[in-house]
Amino acid sequence: MNLGPHADFIVAAYGLTVFVIAALVAWVVLDHSAQRRILGDLEERGVTRRSQRGGS
Amino acid sequence: MTALLALMLRDMRLAVRAGGGALMGALFFLIVVVMVPFAVGPDLNLLARIGPAILWLGALLASLLALDRLFATDYEDGSLDLLMMAPMPLELAVAAKAIAHWLTTGLPLVLIAPLLGLMLNVELNATGALMLTLLAGTPALTFIGLIGAALSVALRRGGLLLAVLVLPLTIPVLIFGVAAAEAAIVGPAPFGPAFTILCALSLMSFVLGPFAAAAALRYGLE
Amino acid sequence: MPVIDLANPTRFLNLANRVLPWLAGATLVLFAIGLYRAMGAPDDYQQGATVKIMFLHVPAAWLGMLGWGLMSLAALGTLVWRHPLADVAGKAAAPIGAAFTFICLVTGSLWGRPTWGTYWVWDARLTSVLVLFLLYLGVLALYWTADDPGRGSRAAAVLTLVGAVNLPIIKFSVDWWNTLHQPSSILRMSGSAIDPSILTPLLIMAAAFTLLFFTLHLAAMRNEILRRRVRAMRLMQAQEVHA
Repeated sequence: MNLGPHADFIVAAYGLTVFVIAALVAWVVLDHSAQRRILGDLEERGVTRRSQRGGS
Repeated sequence: MTALLALMLRDMRLAVRAGGGALMGALFFLIVVVMVPFAVGPDLNLLARIGPAILWLGALLASLLALDRLFATDYEDGSLDLLMMAPMPLELAVAAKAIAHWLTTGLPLVLIAPLLGLMLNVELNATGALMLTLLAGTPALTFIGLIGAALSVALRRGGLLLAVLVLPLTIPVLIFGVAAAEAAIVGPAPFGPAFTILCALSLMSFVLGPFAAAAALRYGLE
Repeated sequence: MPVIDLANPTRFLNLANRVLPWLAGATLVLFAIGLYRAMGAPDDYQQGATVKIMFLHVPAAWLGMLGWGLMSLAALGTLVWRHPLADVAGKAAAPIGAAFTFICLVTGSLWGRPTWGTYWVWDARLTSVLVLFLLYLGVLALYWTADDPGRGSRAAAVLTLVGAVNLPIIKFSVDWWNTLHQPSSILRMSGSAIDPSILTPLLIMAAAFTLLFFTLHLAAMRNEILRRRVRAMRLMQAQEVHA
């Protein structure tokens, strides 16, 4: 595919977009597993949420 | 009405006595403007060209620094809570504080602008126009800055957060203030349109500022 | 299912868990189609192949503004209607909208260099989008640096509504003060001015980007709800220790 004389700019633009989107996806995915892990730890230690205890 | 007036006078007295807020702002303005020729070089033509812009930037930064104190001291000694519980609408109370703030901080900037204009080689007849733009625009800076001050006092974060929040909102005021000032000095655009828009921005901020600031205080300090 | 049902975080989480894989899949498919069409699009008679940057720049711009619009609705939900998940929606949207605005600014700059000869110019459209980006940073600062997340969210909601004034300025700036940036050519009263061979890939890419936004947003909202649960559980744990 011939991108013409300004191919560098086109590639740079697409490259940056891919990078930023990948960073967003990584943030969302890693944050998710981190929160799940912490929640798992807390539940293991016996800490429960109020609604799980069926109200006080 | 008397309540508003009392609040305004109280703020003004505090600003003038404690910490010398009024003179401190003017002093900062002076220092910033004096710094510019050191950074940019003493070429008088260049200074005359960027003079209005420097004066406007200096006024903006001086207003910004003084905004910190607008709510912080009241928050610390509890009078902000009293104001929020008082029968007077919070929007009006906040507007009264803003007027007091402008009279003690913004107005001195306008008054010493001619002296500083001299240092930046701004022509004498242009100085009048410059003062007029500052007179019309510094209230907008205070009333818009009100919003940032209210937001940052609720979060007990000072200075820099306030600047980050307020500066983008004051960009239109800066653009039209400098445009009007330069129109009077250099042309070719006429002074009228830019100045009218500047006045319009100020008038809009008189309404938007207090409402947004009161909302920020109410919701932020719940 | 009415919106109020979604106010229950657990129910929302269940819905999110079910919907996300489909959203992600649809996003990938649309991107595949869009990129294929974008690569096959003809060269512009003036700009040559650099018009391909438009397929990134314009959707990113739209989404930057959509993000702030979504945050404004969420802000109203937080301050006016007190919907429980409104501030979660706002907080989750902010980084995503900021990222797309950033993409818009940088791709625009890379597009400007070969076509206009400069990386940046202070015309009304570019300046107001830059201001939008600065406002995003301000809101992010409020959401993420507050000691009390509740106060931070409410303060951010107020700032979001104040900053919403910028959105119509961005949209119409290019018509009110036309200096360098191209005026409106897509969403106009008189119909689009772009040839279908370029308009169609653009619209497909826009749809793909929009689905991407909502996928990321839903996932981020899910994470924020989990984060708040962690915080609540830690607080409860701390109270139990001291009881």
